[in-house]
Amino acid sequence: MHGFANPARFLRLARWVAPLLLVGGAILTGAALAWGLFKGPADALQGETVRILYLHVPTAWLAMAGWMMIAGASFAELVWRHPLAGIAARAAAVPGAVFTAICLITGSLWGRPAWGTWWVWDGRLTSMLVLLFLYFSYVALANAADQDGQTDNRVPAIFGLVGAVNIPIIHYSVLWWNSLHQPPSITMGQSAMAPEFLVPLLVATLGFSLLFGAVVLARMRAILAQVQTEARLRRKAMAEGQG
Amino acid sequence: MHEGLNPWTFVIAAYGLGLGGTFALVASSWIAMLRAEKRRDRSRDL
Repeated sequence: MHGFANPARFLRLARWVAPLLLVGGAILTGAALAWGLFKGPADALQGETVRILYLHVPTAWLAMAGWMMIAGASFAELVWRHPLAGIAARAAAVPGAVFTAICLITGSLWGRPAWGTWWVWDGRLTSMLVLLFLYFSYVALANAADQDGQTDNRVPAIFGLVGAVNIPIIHYSVLWWNSLHQPPSITMGQSAMAPEFLVPLLVATLGFSLLFGAVVLARMRAILAQVQTEARLRRKAMAEGQG
Repeated sequence: MHEGLNPWTFVIAAYGLGLGGTFALVASSWIAMLRAEKRRDRSRDL
């Protein structure tokens, strides 16, 4: 892990891993969603709306995984001062926010026909909305810390660690409090789902995860390229100033 | 399932927003990466 903290080594690896993740993710996601939309069976209770599952669950997983990545990278940055850790955390923030928003919107679109309401202020929905605001705050903090080329990621890193408190709250909210939202159907090694729903769901989750990885790598490459460009221009300006 | 609502309206809206959002995220991140790397490569020649 520490070996990949070297930006040059990371760039060499990311140059061929990012397109692989992008193509693999697009194929798996496209196949799973097409199957879920056109071929998969309707549910006995929820009817056709169950097809929203194949979008809603993977994006919910990535909303939480995205913040865990921010928290892990923030920890690595604060403890080991990895040069790439802060960049990885910043790169995960926008995709995490987008997938949280998609999860909330698809959940709302599922809730209207299934529960009879677009929104309820229960533990699961509210803690997911809090996660979206945490992402917005993290992006704002990271941008503020990056002002004037002075990159100091300590404040966003501490915020990334503290915000991770919300992840177990999201996960256990349906068990701790009364909720319209159903409890988890998939737990470690066990599933209450029939295979015709479970298999495309797992494929869609893998596909979206690969896309998330491709986006994070692309954003890391963009941030690194920007840092290198600014450093080069600064060096050139200093050299011209001395000459 | 509540009566009187066409479930496909909600399914199509969810897929449209979900896939559209994902595509926009992937495309904007990829284009930003290509532009940033091109700018870095150009700065070498300055």
